[in-house]
Amino acid sequence: MAGALAHADAQEKVRLIKGRKVNTMAYSDKVIEHYEKPRNVGSFGTQKEIKERTDIGVGLVGAPECGDVMQLQIKVDQDGNIEDAKFKCFGCGSAIASSSLATEWLKGKSLDEGEAIRNTEIVEELSLPPVKIHCSVLAEDAIKAAIEDYRHKNGIDHDHDES
Amino acid sequence: MTLTKPIYFDNAATSRCDPRVVEAMLPYFTEIYGNTGSRNHSFGWVAEDGVEVARRQIAALIGADRKEVIFTSGSTESNNLAIKGAARMYAKHPAGSGECRGHIITAQHEHKATLDPCKRLEKEGFEVTYLEPRSDGLITAEMVKAEMRDDTILVTIMWANNEMGTINEIPEIGALCHDRPAGKQVIFHTDGTQWVGKMPANVTADNVDLMSMSSHKMYGPKGVGALYVRRRRPRVRLTALLEGGGQERGMRSGTMNVSGIVGFGKAAELAGHEMDSERERLLALRKKLEAGIVAGLSDVQINGHPEKRLPNISNISYGFVEGESLMMACKDIAMSSGSACTSASLEPSYVLKAIGVGDDLAHSSLRMSLGRFNTEEEVDFAIAQVIKSVNKLRDLSPLYDMHKEGIDITKIEWQAH
Repeated sequence: MAGALAHADAQEKVRLIKGRKVNTMAYSDKVIEHYEKPRNVGSFGTQKEIKERTDIGVGLVGAPECGDVMQLQIKVDQDGNIEDAKFKCFGCGSAIASSSLATEWLKGKSLDEGEAIRNTEIVEELSLPPVKIHCSVLAEDAIKAAIEDYRHKNGIDHDHDES
Repeated sequence: MTLTKPIYFDNAATSRCDPRVVEAMLPYFTEIYGNTGSRNHSFGWVAEDGVEVARRQIAALIGADRKEVIFTSGSTESNNLAIKGAARMYAKHPAGSGECRGHIITAQHEHKATLDPCKRLEKEGFEVTYLEPRSDGLITAEMVKAEMRDDTILVTIMWANNEMGTINEIPEIGALCHDRPAGKQVIFHTDGTQWVGKMPANVTADNVDLMSMSSHKMYGPKGVGALYVRRRRPRVRLTALLEGGGQERGMRSGTMNVSGIVGFGKAAELAGHEMDSERERLLALRKKLEAGIVAGLSDVQINGHPEKRLPNISNISYGFVEGESLMMACKDIAMSSGSACTSASLEPSYVLKAIGVGDDLAHSSLRMSLGRFNTEEEVDFAIAQVIKSVNKLRDLSPLYDMHKEGIDITKIEWQAH
């Protein structure tokens, strides 16, 4: 035991002493995976280009002062289904994972199905602790904002009077 | 030589005990275990001896007399004792009288262990001025002078700031406090937590009346610290926080943490001997670290005065990247961030806010603080990992995209939730 202890690195040492796994990271493995192996990162074009395309909806939520900014883009096909989604995020690991997960879930869904995604589902999937729940709320906001943007561009505002 | 990961770059938060300190402490658990208050047997006498040796070691480090060193549980307690103890002792009117009991000067970016006692005193009838620091983080004597009043009784300004390492004009502020007419005496307290043990301190030459010190910032054990309390010119008296057995000249009752104090003393002795060479070495490492990062990345800013900083602290904001995600990305480096996400309150660093760093850059800051056990190899590793992580996170960042496209982020109307 003493020999193993001497050669172990810091985390392994603590595990050997305590005889149990030490959670040195505040993040679940899933959260870390979204950062280490990002999927759907990017944009369908420059800000200017996206503004003009009617097949793309963009949701930009949060604020730099809050330390959280999410940009979610959806590419919608002729049948009104989300065929592709991309994200960019300025924020903590949980925020990055939440917006990344959102893009994964949106692909292949209809706009209505996308709108039905709840932040609580994101919390569960990523095992977010209470202090990080607001990241999932922002991701839900981003999804809704992207769908709203697409609908607005295509004159199919949902549940609103034209005003 | 293979690096042990994660590497520890958070010495401003706490430091590893020097093995020589631990060695000095060990006899005081199972062999020398008496209560220093036990006057009638050798167990007590030997324990007291150990404490008195430590007292002298700490006094020597700061140019004080041994009678001027009071042991506490750490700097937080020392700050509380100094600030509340002095204010309540030198109050101009009794509690509940309705009149202003005295004026206190401190700064907006002090540690919470200074700010919260000041807030408590405001509720008790004192008035407090919180100086706004310069954009480089410094508090100067001029700034203190401008706020001095006839009824000022206490000034408390930290020697070096814990988040940025910036160094305040302590000797000059002390001189100001001492240059007062009779009857208008101002007591000067400085929180020396980050300074003592790293930089030379002499309580007389530096015009200090009260000074807080912490063991675990200078490679000693946690749970023990000290307060320097001046005995001559002027003699400073304090109302105690902890009352009971009357230990430490009535200023701090409670059984002495003998093993901790012995460790603290040893740490102070080592610091005295090694301070100068260590300072040079750490300054060189810090310079290399900052130069490497600045050369490898665009849009980074070093927070705080470039030169008037402790040699071991580096606080850098990385544009368009958030601090907590950066710490997660740099998983092999232990450091701290000014980001809201890493504080329980979801507010970004109030220290960086006070010096005018915008909220977005405050969220994007990392503090790396080097120490005795850090090596050049670790610094090289850190430079590489920080650069790699920042670049990867910038690829993920919508703000970086906007910046590249020439969009002015400050002009966007954000819909914060």
